[in-house]
Formats: sequence, C-alpha cells, structure tokens
Amino acid sequence: MVGLHKSEFKNPVINWIDTRLPLFTMMSKEYGVFPTPKNFNYFWNFGALAMVNLVIMIVTGIVLAMNYDPNTGNAFESVERIMRDVNYGWLLRYVHANGASMFFIVVYIHIFRGLYYGSYKKPRELLWMIGVVILLLMMATGFMGYVLPWGQMSYWGATVITNLFSAIPVVGDSIVTLLWGGFSVDNPTLNRFFSLHYLLPFVIVGVVFLHIVALHITGSNNPLGIEPKDKQDTLPFHPYYTIKDSVGICVYLMVFAVLVFFAPGFFGDPANWTPANPLVTPAAIVPEWYFLPFYAILRAVPDKLGGVLMMFGAIAVLFVLPWLDTSPVRSAKFRPIYRLLFWVLIVCCFVLGAVGAHHPEGIWVILGRVCTAYYFLHFLVLLPLLGKFEKTLPLPESISQAVLPAAAE
Amino acid sequence: MSATAQEHNAGHAPEHTKRDFLKLVAASGAAIGVGAIAWPLIDSLNPSSDVLALSSAEYEIGSIPAGQGITVVWRGKPVFVRHRTPDEIKTAEGVKVADLIDPATDESRVKAGHEQWLVVVGICTHLGCIPLGNKTTDARGDFGGYFCPCHGSQYDVSGRVRHGPAPLNLPVPPYAFLTDTRIKIG
Amino acid sequence: MNIKRFAILGAVFGALLLPATFSAASAEEEISLPKQDWSFSGPFGSYDKASAQRGFQIYKEVCSACHSMKLGYYRELAGIGLSEAQIKAVAAEQTFPTIGDDGQPAERPGTPADHFHSPFPNDKAARAANNGALPPDQTLLTNAREGGADYIYALLTGYEDAPAGVKLGDGMNYNKYFPGHQIGMAAPLSDDRVEYADGTKATLKQEAHDVATFLAYMSNPELETRKRLGLRILMFLAALTCVTYAVKRQIWSDVHH
Repeated sequence: MVGLHKSEFKNPVINWIDTRLPLFTMMSKEYGVFPTPKNFNYFWNFGALAMVNLVIMIVTGIVLAMNYDPNTGNAFESVERIMRDVNYGWLLRYVHANGASMFFIVVYIHIFRGLYYGSYKKPRELLWMIGVVILLLMMATGFMGYVLPWGQMSYWGATVITNLFSAIPVVGDSIVTLLWGGFSVDNPTLNRFFSLHYLLPFVIVGVVFLHIVALHITGSNNPLGIEPKDKQDTLPFHPYYTIKDSVGICVYLMVFAVLVFFAPGFFGDPANWTPANPLVTPAAIVPEWYFLPFYAILRAVPDKLGGVLMMFGAIAVLFVLPWLDTSPVRSAKFRPIYRLLFWVLIVCCFVLGAVGAHHPEGIWVILGRVCTAYYFLHFLVLLPLLGKFEKTLPLPESISQAVLPAAAE
Repeated sequence: MSATAQEHNAGHAPEHTKRDFLKLVAASGAAIGVGAIAWPLIDSLNPSSDVLALSSAEYEIGSIPAGQGITVVWRGKPVFVRHRTPDEIKTAEGVKVADLIDPATDESRVKAGHEQWLVVVGICTHLGCIPLGNKTTDARGDFGGYFCPCHGSQYDVSGRVRHGPAPLNLPVPPYAFLTDTRIKIG
Repeated sequence: MNIKRFAILGAVFGALLLPATFSAASAEEEISLPKQDWSFSGPFGSYDKASAQRGFQIYKEVCSACHSMKLGYYRELAGIGLSEAQIKAVAAEQTFPTIGDDGQPAERPGTPADHFHSPFPNDKAARAANNGALPPDQTLLTNAREGGADYIYALLTGYEDAPAGVKLGDGMNYNKYFPGHQIGMAAPLSDDRVEYADGTKATLKQEAHDVATFLAYMSNPELETRKRLGLRILMFLAALTCVTYAVKRQIWSDVHH
C-alpha cells in the first residue's frame, strides 16, 4: 500500500484510476490550479500555439505518409496524387506545408519574447537551452521535410545544405558521402530523410515534455521579470490562461486558414513544382524563409569553413546566452539600453533574412556583413558589458503593486 | 436568508446565466471545430479518385469454350466468368429454390438472353478464400459449380452456396453486356 | 501599455513584411509581367468555364503536339464543365499501350481514368524532335512559374523581332518575357490559330487568355473547393474568436490588471 496515491477526486472511477496512476492529480496540479503570474500579455500565448502547431504537424504528417512514396522515381508523382486524388489530400498537404511556416513564425516570436523579457536568466537557463535544442530539431525536421516532395528546390536545397559538411577539414568529404549514402543526393538520401523526418517530430515531443517539466519547476517568467511573491501575484492556470490561450489559438487558426485556403503558395517557391533534375540547377536557389537569416550569415563570410562555423555559431551563442547576459534585471522594460539593442537585433535579423533571399552582390554583401557582425557583437560583447554599465530602472515591489496603480488610472 | 443576500442573488442571476451561456457556445463551437477537422483526416483514408475512376473494367469473353470459365480482375478482386453448358443451365434452373441455404433463382443471377454466362465475384462468402472450379480439371464439388479448398464450401453452377460453412451465394457484381461477347464489369 | 501595443503592431507588420521582402528577391532581374484580370483570382474567384474549355481546345489542337500533361487526368475535364460523354470521346481519341489477349504489345483507346496522352514516349525523344529543347510538362506549369497565369499570358503574347544587336541562336526565337529572351519554342499562337467551337473570335490575346485559364485549372483543380471551404471556415473561426474573447473578458473581469 506504500505507493498508492491519496486521490482527492470525488468521482469513483476517476478516483480509482487516480489512486493507481495519479494522472488527474498531475493534470490538475500542472494545468488546473498551477499558479501562474497574473500579468502575462498575449506574447505568452506562443508556447501553447507552438504545442498546437506540433500536434497539427504530426497528425497531418501521419496521414500524408500513408500516401507518400519515398522513392526518387515516384515521390513527386505521389505528392501530386495526394493533391489531386486523395480525398482532402490538397488540404492535408497545404496544412502540413504551411504549418511548417506557421510553426517557425510562432517559435521565432516565442524566442524573441524570451529574449525581450529575459526568460533565459537564472533559474531558467536549462529551460532555455532545452528550447534551443527544440529549435535545432525543428530545423532538421523542416529541412528534411522540404526534401520529400522531390521538386527542384528540394533536390538542390538538400545538395547545398549537405555540402556544408564538406567544409570540415580532412573528413568533410567522407561525411558528406555518408550523409548521402552515395555520391550525390539520390534515392538512399531521400529514404533516410523520410525515415528521420518521421522520427524527429516524436523526439521533439519528448524534448517539449522536458521543456514543460523544466518550466513547471521554475514557474513562468512574466513581463515584469520579477518572481511572484504571494498568492496575489498569481492566478490558477485554469480557467484564466486556458481561456486566454484559446483566444490566441482562434486568432492563430484564422491566420493559418487564410494562408492555407487563399495563399497556399505564399511561402513556397515555384521551382519546387518542377520535378528534381540532378543535371540542372534552378536560376536562384533560396532556402525556405525560416533559414534565410542563417543562410545570410553563411554567405557573409568569404571562407567556406568560416561561413559554416559562423552559421552554427549563430545558434551556439543562444546556448550560452544565459551566461553572456550579465545583467541581474530580466525584463527589457527596466533596461533602456538593452531594449534599444533588442530592436536593433530584430531589425538585423529581418535584414539578414532579406539578404539571404538575394544574390550576394552589391549592397546585399555589405548589409549581410554588417548585420552578421552586429548579431555576434550583440551577444558576445554588448550583452556581457551591458550588465556592468547599464543603469536599470527601479523594479516594482511585486507584480500586484506594479499592476494596481496602472488599473487605477 | 437575509434580505441583502437575496438582493445579491437577484442582481447576479442574469449575469451568471449569460456567462454560462457564452461558455456553452464557446465550448460547443470548439467541439464542432475539432469534429470538422477530424472529417478530412478520416475521409482521406477512403478510396481516392484515381481508385474510384478505375472501378469499371471491360472484358472480351467470346473465346471461352462452353464448360469453362476465366478469372478477371475487378477492383482488385477475382471475378469468375463462366460459359455454362445447356445441361448446366437446365440443372441450375431446376433447383428447388426453397431448399437453398441462400434462396435465389438462377434467372435472378444471370442476364436475360445471356443465360450461358455466369459472372460472380470469386470470393468465398465464408472467410474470403478463392474457390476452385473455373477449369474443367478443378475440383468442382458435388454440385458442379465451385469448391472452396479452405473449408469445403460448395457452390452450384449458378454460384449459389449448396453446402458447407459459407452463409451466402457468391455475389453478382454489377455488369452489362456491351455486345454479345464483351462485358463491362462495374 | 503604449509600448506593448507598439510591440504587437510591430510584430504583426514584421510578419507581414517579411515574406514580401524576401519574395522581391526572385523578381529581381526579371521584367515585370503585365497583370491580367483572371476569373479565378481573389477569395471569391472561380474558373471561367467557357474560357477554360476554349483553352482546352487550344491545348488539344496546338500545345499537345509538343507538351505533355502527364500528371493530369482526362476525368479532370469535368471541372471545366465537360460532360461525361464528351470526356470519354476526348480520351478515346488517343491510344495507350497495353498487353493484348495474345500477350503481345497492343493499343487500346484512352479512358477518362487515363493521364493525358504524352506526345513523346520519353524526354529524350521530346528533345530530339524539338531542336534539343525539352518542352516542359504542362500539368503544373502555372504553379511552377513565377507570375503563374500572368507569365503564361505574357510569354504567349511576348514574341517580337529581336532588337538590333541581339544575335539569336540557331532555331531560337526572341521573347521579351522569357528569362534570357531566347526561347526554343516558336510563337505557338496567333490570330485565328484555332477556330473556336463556341464562335468566340480567336484573337491572339483571347487565345492566350483562354489557354492560361485552362492551364491554371490543370495546376490547381482544387481551387474552387479550396476557396469555398476556406470562406466557411474563416466565418466559423471569426465567430468562435468573438465568443471566446467574450468568455475571456468575463472570466478575467474580476482580476485587476
């Protein structure tokens, strides 16, 4: 009898289950009464949105995989069969393809929210790092998924990105051959990408679980960046945040629906409607929009290995960000200089995105280099120094105190 | 109950009803939404347009000698087309319908004017094996039609079950004669 | 409060501008295409069936001599208003390889379930017959070209004499909208290239417009269903958003913020 849980649920069936496997108690603790800061703004919706998006991707992906053929001779035709013949196949595919873009939009906003409000700082360092792992997994999944339709962009994107590894000294070429399973991107490559594209989302589910466990240990950050002091500062997650997240989900679904039903090709590239041709490279190879800033950083360095290192470095700095930012104050609300730098960083990322979409010539080369330089300067130099020199604004006593006078106005 | 408490209740009752109603609308809206999302996912598992488009097939049957049959494919299933001899037709027509396991007249299972042709789906109605009997050398069972090797069900030359575990006659697929020797199944 | 609003606005605008900035990329070095008025554009758009049928006539009499449309099916012509009998007749005009009852290769007439007949048995044969150039498959052509139907229209009406100083390659033609301006395909359409069954006057512009409409249909046969379903879903979501927001307001009404 030692292990049995003492359940407080009245319903006998629920009580019986809960005594043996306290799922209901856990759900109630983590999503029912879980004390959540009362001052979230709508930017705190994006974690829940990412969760919904992940579920949408997995569900549509499973059904698509039932009709997809990962063979270079059939892949393109099988995708077109999904579009023309499978009942609602066009809907499933457009939801899945645009869902990838929606996922990155949601996750990038989620990340920048974390940057703005200092959500990566002690004690949430590990929570943040797990998040960066999720981002990396998403990138790998997104990249491999884009290869599957076996259009021109699929093929040449796969070729260019896998060739990045050839920059590694000595063993580079062997690694690329290993990745391809041959001497060019071909059937073995497509097969393994399909296998991994199906596997990784479930790995993401696992890491997301860790992300949420870590979040529920430390509790959520909030727009003020100060810890809740007592009951006055928090609200039970349900119904306050379940309903607020629901509002966000509705709006998100509307944006998603506009994309899927009225502009399904908005984020796509026309070249991918032509079957892969290993002998002809399209006039302009552009990665999916969510990789563009990284692609720009890659090209900003006139050295193959240097470019690759910088590109991976751009994500690596995020891993160590909790220790690069030395300021004891979390929220940019109370950090006037950091707030300014944050917006400069945002502009830089957008400019890098535009640079990644253009041929590297003229003004784009200069813009790419300047913004790449700022990106690293921001994280590696400015943030460590800022903690020492920035004069921060006085923090409020508590969340309630900061909130009440504002309401009185 | 004191007067103030009553007042309090009276003042808030409509407010609460309104709130509950809104919640109900939102919850049912969400439920409808989730249900509607499920439909495309489920329907995608149904036969697709290219499969449905191939649901009819035409066959030339003039070269089949009397007493023999061929197996053709319709929707991935074997269909027996058998050229019956005059004797077989007579036997089939002479059977007392009331005695049958799954009563049906021979006329109801062939096309008028084409009585020599029997067209049935060649799948035993017991557990889905393919009966023998199209070739003259096959075992045809005691009734001269078809014999299922799996559990010994026997069918007559009209494809009607006469013996064994099978509960129903071999089904007749939808078909039509385009000419005297050409049929379209489906 | 103001800062918050500003940030939200900024994020929304950013998200909207982002792809616009990026798509500008592929447009560079390209001549801007004149925009046409298409029946199928916009949220309520649907295919002009008469125009698409005329376009199909052009495809059948002109394009299909060189271009394949091998991912499309004859049965899909139902979407531009052809009857079942008409589709059967169209399909039966072509023969497809099969195995005869004697086991030897034979030919059978096409059926609505067949993919469109390809003019050449393979790409190599297509190149050999076309001066080394491969006529692209037309099934997804409007999706596969920047500008879509506008590009098809521009290309078909964009043939002109090469400007002085431009030396055309052997067997090449000058087209002001083709990337690089030298195109292997000779001007396929001209005034009265076909005689329309419905009596419409077959000007070059009319022909180009019709065939572009037909090709747009072949690329996106789901378009009408998609937009109709989309409108219904958006209306539903809009209502749900309002209700959910009202519930949120009520639940939060007792919280000071």
